[in-house]
Amino acid sequence: MGKVSHMDESRVVIQMKDIVKKFGDFTANDHINLTVHKGEVHAILGENGAGKSTMMNVLCGLYKPTSGQIFINEKEVHFSSPKDAIDIGIGMVHQHFMLIPPFTVADNIILGVEPVKGLVIDHNTAREKVLELSERYGMKVDPDAKVEDISVGMQQRVEILKVLYRGADTLILDEPTASLTPQEIEGLMEIIENLTADGKSVILITHKLKEITACSDTCTIIRQGKYIRTVRVDEVNENELAAMMVGRDVNFKVDKKEMTPGEVVLEVKNLHAKDYRDVEILKGLNLTVRRGEIVGLAGVDGNGQTELVEVLTGLRKADSGEASLLGKDVFNKTPKETFDSGISSIPADRQKHGLILEFSNEDNLILQHFEEEPFAKKHMLNRKAVRDHAVELIEKFDVRPRGCEAAPAGTLSGGNQQKVIIAREVTNDKELLIAVNPTRGLDVGAIEFVHKYLVEQRNKNRAVLLVSFELDEIMSLSDRIEVIFDGQITGSVPGKDADEKELGFMMAGGKGHE
Amino acid sequence: MNKKKSILDSNVFYTLIAIAAGFIIGAVFLLIAGISPAVAYGKLLNSIFGKPKYLFWTLIYASPLIFTGLSVAFSFRTGVFNIGAEGQFVVGGLTACSLGILLDLPAVIHVPLCIIAAAAAGMIWSLIVGLLKVKRGIHEVLSFIMFNWIAFYLSNYVVNLAVIHKEGGGEASKDVLDSARLLFPEGVRKALDCSAANWGIIMAVAAAIIIWIIIEKTTLGYKLKAVGFNSNGALYAGINADRSVLTALGISGALAGLGGAVQILGMSGRLSQFAGQEGFGFEGITVALIGSSSPIGCIFSGLFYGAMKYGGSKLSIVKAPSEVVDIIMGCVILFIAISQIFRVLFARFGKKEGK
Repeated sequence: MGKVSHMDESRVVIQMKDIVKKFGDFTANDHINLTVHKGEVHAILGENGAGKSTMMNVLCGLYKPTSGQIFINEKEVHFSSPKDAIDIGIGMVHQHFMLIPPFTVADNIILGVEPVKGLVIDHNTAREKVLELSERYGMKVDPDAKVEDISVGMQQRVEILKVLYRGADTLILDEPTASLTPQEIEGLMEIIENLTADGKSVILITHKLKEITACSDTCTIIRQGKYIRTVRVDEVNENELAAMMVGRDVNFKVDKKEMTPGEVVLEVKNLHAKDYRDVEILKGLNLTVRRGEIVGLAGVDGNGQTELVEVLTGLRKADSGEASLLGKDVFNKTPKETFDSGISSIPADRQKHGLILEFSNEDNLILQHFEEEPFAKKHMLNRKAVRDHAVELIEKFDVRPRGCEAAPAGTLSGGNQQKVIIAREVTNDKELLIAVNPTRGLDVGAIEFVHKYLVEQRNKNRAVLLVSFELDEIMSLSDRIEVIFDGQITGSVPGKDADEKELGFMMAGGKGHE
Repeated sequence: MNKKKSILDSNVFYTLIAIAAGFIIGAVFLLIAGISPAVAYGKLLNSIFGKPKYLFWTLIYASPLIFTGLSVAFSFRTGVFNIGAEGQFVVGGLTACSLGILLDLPAVIHVPLCIIAAAAAGMIWSLIVGLLKVKRGIHEVLSFIMFNWIAFYLSNYVVNLAVIHKEGGGEASKDVLDSARLLFPEGVRKALDCSAANWGIIMAVAAAIIIWIIIEKTTLGYKLKAVGFNSNGALYAGINADRSVLTALGISGALAGLGGAVQILGMSGRLSQFAGQEGFGFEGITVALIGSSSPIGCIFSGLFYGAMKYGGSKLSIVKAPSEVVDIIMGCVILFIAISQIFRVLFARFGKKEGK
């Protein structure tokens, strides 16, 4: 793995002992323990909603624990605000960046602790300090660039520099890779390496097992607010970590019974369409999906996947071509018409397209059916029917917390929002289900769940089109893999014996075996 | 404990704090102007609650404001911003007034006809803006503001037409025929000692209840809210977003038009030529904000604003400027807008107390 450990086990920098945090009757943290050493990368692993963030918010002074003790460098501390935690050397990099886009990188970093000369900000000193820090830890940033002009990975570096600038010895990174590209993730790993080499400690909150095994020394697992155990990462494998996290064995391999694909459900012929810049992006695409098969569309983002799905779901008008569903024309119809013809979809952007976040979960679950019986009668909503429907689906699809029927969808965690959408679309039970990046940002338990339902649709003899940027996902689920490159299907391989390298080659524009 | 928490979370609580804060700041301005706040506020309260007939006048003042408040609140709830309630109110009033003068019909036909025509006028005024938005992508706020001025000048133009203008009557239209008036029967008005007592308030409350039902209980409300909150999500789910925006603006415009009709057919009985916009539509924004954009809330905030307007008009008797009412209302809105600060303060205060 090539990872070098810089952990100094003789020096404990942070110790949380029996931390309990209650919100009203709800116990978010129930006797949590954590010990972090100097130079250690300590991962905190837990499902969405397990209490990871609460725990870290206690550590960085945002929440007061209901009971329990915190020791920093073996001295007990009581934080009354995040400032106390920062002053003692604990800095948190939040999942959602807190930067001011029109300000420069340097200005963002010094905000609140500006070096001053008389009454004005000393920009030169600020720049120098920022440059010095970024060089020391191998973080390439341009202090004069405006934050609105730089990439997400760069913005994250600015956030890390922000806490370093404030003198942090321990950095808490909350889901740091959630919005990064693979290259940026590699860059982040290097930064973490440089930080620990310099004696800093890093606490990594994540639910991605690969990252834990790749870069952490130890891992503390929490489940439903409770401390499970702390393990040395080199002594466990990914499966064991996953099982500890969800409390049962997790099946990474998807079980699929043998099936012979049936009649053609979706047939797309010679499709041409433009993207939002009015540049042709689909250049004569052909695709078929049959009953009882999952077709995985593999490709690098930006090769026309998004536009294809938009055309099929009625959100975008294509220039020319044909699209039919069981012989019915579905070319350039409205979203309502395509839905009524038998296409349902799990959209890529669950907050933009999948849900009305301000609506309650029960209202979201009837989004395509609110005008139909039993949910409506003579233009009046039947609240009882809507509620009953939601109670049933929330139970069946394991949406947490239970009893969230009337709560706005926006209050759910990302994984549970996705479950609401899956519940709705799978219940729609249309001839064709299109799923776009259906497991993005979900923890392993939720991923397993989503996969189970996609396979179930296939086993019910429905057609499934899976569009995903995760090659692992495509390979483990698909019966047939179609590679999309530059607006055309450039290769097709059976899912069973697909080879990752060959797929990667084809996705980059190489020709597969003809 | 839970009860306390729910009070601290409720909008009503912060609205009341904002109102109190508005009065305190109004008092500061009165002091600066050298007027005793006690005297001025005493007069204000006395002018509202002093006699039963004052209360009826408050209701009369409140009716059109409840309508424009509902108009704006409905637009807020459905994701558009009807800043054009002013213009819709004016064309509604103008239509009701013109038909009330020009037609001579039995009251059972005349009154409903004028009211329906006024609602239709407000609706059309708003729909033109809606069509510009949907078909041409022009932001509704821009066109609404322009349409407010078009309505204003149109109204002044019509008032001066020979068939409408009152000969030798100064700057106003003829009186609306009695058969078109919304007044209570004369005996009732005499008994109440209030010459302009009318059905407006009952119509306003009924409209608020109907709008509440539309928003909360019907599939139409569901659809309009879905588009208002997230038009992309609604589109994805197969809801025709353009049609929803037009429906929302149409209903919103009709409500403002009704407000205009109630003002003319109820209270004033004629249309005056104005030097500047009257402001019923803009006051509707205030009413909607104080009422947390809830139709039922608009009844109460409309009554509050109506009372302040009526009471404020008497302030000159104690040599206090009636503008102090505008200052108070402005501050109330400001404090509602920053109510989050109070929330944080109370949360912190509560925590310390709990420790």
